[in-house]
Amino acid sequence: MAAPGLLDHLADFVRALRSAGVPVGVSEGIDAAAVLGAVDVLDRRQLRAGLATVVVKRPVYRPTYDALFDLWWPARMGDGANRPDVDATPVDPEALRDELMRLLLDGDEEALRRFAREAVATLGGGDAVPGRQSFFSYRVLRALSPDTLVSRLLDALLAGADRGGLAEQVARQTIKEQIGALRTAIEEEVRRRVAEERGRDSVARTTVRPMVDQVDFLRAQQQDLAALRRTVAPLARRLAARLAAKRRRGRSGRLDFRRTVRSSLGTGGVPIVTHHRPHWPHKPELVVLCDVSGSVAGFSHFTLMLTAALREQFSRVRAFAFVDTCDEVTRFFAPGADLVDATQRLSREADLVWFDGHSDYGHAFEVFVERWPDAVGPKTSFLVLGDARTNYRSPGSATLKGLVTRSRHAYWLNPEPRRQWGSGDSAADVYAELIEMVECRNADQLGAFVSRLLPV
Amino acid sequence: MPQQSPAFASVADVGKRLSAAGYLTDPAIATTVFLADRLGKPLLVEGPAGVGKTELAKAIASATGSLLIRLQCYEGLDEARALYEWNYKKQLLRIQASPDDSAWDAVHDDVFSEEFLLSRPLLSAIRQTEPTVLLIDETDKADVEVEGLLLEVLSDFQVTIPELGTITAVRRPLVVLTSNATRELSEALKRRCLYLHLDYPAADREREIVLARVPDIGTALADQIVRTVRALRALELKKSPSIAETIDWAHTLLALGLDTLNEEALRATLGVVLKHASDHLRAAGELRLN
Repeated sequence: MAAPGLLDHLADFVRALRSAGVPVGVSEGIDAAAVLGAVDVLDRRQLRAGLATVVVKRPVYRPTYDALFDLWWPARMGDGANRPDVDATPVDPEALRDELMRLLLDGDEEALRRFAREAVATLGGGDAVPGRQSFFSYRVLRALSPDTLVSRLLDALLAGADRGGLAEQVARQTIKEQIGALRTAIEEEVRRRVAEERGRDSVARTTVRPMVDQVDFLRAQQQDLAALRRTVAPLARRLAARLAAKRRRGRSGRLDFRRTVRSSLGTGGVPIVTHHRPHWPHKPELVVLCDVSGSVAGFSHFTLMLTAALREQFSRVRAFAFVDTCDEVTRFFAPGADLVDATQRLSREADLVWFDGHSDYGHAFEVFVERWPDAVGPKTSFLVLGDARTNYRSPGSATLKGLVTRSRHAYWLNPEPRRQWGSGDSAADVYAELIEMVECRNADQLGAFVSRLLPV
Repeated sequence: MPQQSPAFASVADVGKRLSAAGYLTDPAIATTVFLADRLGKPLLVEGPAGVGKTELAKAIASATGSLLIRLQCYEGLDEARALYEWNYKKQLLRIQASPDDSAWDAVHDDVFSEEFLLSRPLLSAIRQTEPTVLLIDETDKADVEVEGLLLEVLSDFQVTIPELGTITAVRRPLVVLTSNATRELSEALKRRCLYLHLDYPAADREREIVLARVPDIGTALADQIVRTVRALRALELKKSPSIAETIDWAHTLLALGLDTLNEEALRATLGVVLKHASDHLRAAGELRLN
């Protein structure tokens, strides 16, 4: 059985996980204690994997878990034992870079982590406020500047082979992974050192990144977007699976009177078995009208990918994009088309800019109605994606109202937080009176919405 | 249920015995399998297709010398296929064959006895007296109702049959559930399980797997294959190559007698690892094959 002090520490860790948004139930907390009793607590890798199996039940929680685990179960305290005093001997950054290069070529993870530790101790320190030391990862990365090593690493890896071919691409990928590992190791080490200075609770609050499906579309950084894109395909597939199951299980159609009476003759005119007409499935017909101007770039990029993914699952999805004029972009998302390629072609080939390249909702709606008058009909679910920021131009409410009346369902997804609707040049208030406007700031909300949108 | 002795002595023991059974582990896998055995909890393994989820269960069975009972999930799987069923025809025969003067009560009790019970994978796993590994494969393919069915089996290792009473496991089987995450499994099920997310392996582990599965391939070529596969996985493909496909690729190159993976060899054999036309185009463009 685990010692009482250890149990308190574990309870503290579980509490930190909960406040970071990882759902850990009481029974999982008990299991975690059982894990402490079963694994070798001194082996950090065992402990990390063992606790993860009981408290992390979805892959999205894993980065949060890892960050908090490093804070609560640090590998060492301070500079660690038996290390020479670094301040006495000033280090030569060039020598460090040479060593780094050797390590990156070698690919030994443990050695790389040890190197990161020393680099943070020697290069990352700085006085945040006089008398208090703090650590910064950018200092380390600036001094080492691993990105400038890439060409030397390439030369070493290719060993005289031709540049520009397959070998170079593969080598580049290997180098990218190695440098990524170095960055992560440095960030981890800095977080640990800062946590020692300022207390782990404050670090847990400020430096643990939000989970992927909670990241705000409009504030997403490059790496968040990459992670988000990877969630799109499973999201669409999951939605399709759920809808298909619902559709199959839906009750059968109207009573087939003729067949029921005919078969009742076999039982003396008593209709024991009733026959029904086959259920006519309602095929969801989806029309998406998407703002792709610069202000909502992160959001629209993501939603276009979802549109593409839905298009692979459903037969009738049409996509339109606009900035200040409107064009159909369905052709770029043909089933089997490449997603990255499609979004690039879209911004290159589609006719989206008419005047100055700022959103003009009024004009875009008018062009949409004029050029595709039959796109929205009584069977259509009509979906507008955009932040409703009109740059003080005409909002085109009348045109939108016409579209809403004609469609079966109409929704507007707005990536801005609800409290900002109607502020400044946002016409969200005006539109919200005509069409059901839904706040859609992250992947979580989007998933919840789409499963509601396509009822069968 | 009597205390049963654990199958593995330590985490290191798990790694050693599984690799003897032909499955190379990493610390996370070894620790999780060790805990599943030690804590007596079911193990839920989730991850993309082709990373060795089912293989893991088979390896555990062969490493511990257990019997492997497999329940393959599919849409429409029900109690009668997963748990037990009464042998209706045999019951009917029994009633017809009984002498005319036999009392109804006796016959009634008689036809609902062990003799007329057909046990399906879940019930057979529970009734085994020998060490058993129960593999519930592709749990996400089954309907949500099946999860409810699994709850009693997985948490208490017992099955309640109204006519017979509750049958409790004599010996607890080691349960492995696999899922491709096409849908989110219910919280109740996940809470009862240990969770292991299997992903594409780290470079050295994948190289070792290739070398173990295709021993005739040289270290240099194995290294080249693994690094190329990793470069392919970094692209945004519709279907990233899995471990199974890496191994297939190694077999292919070996069969063709190629000793290095250059542009020509890649062009000729790309179909082994990438199974979509658009992925081919994309890989060719990104890796500068043209």
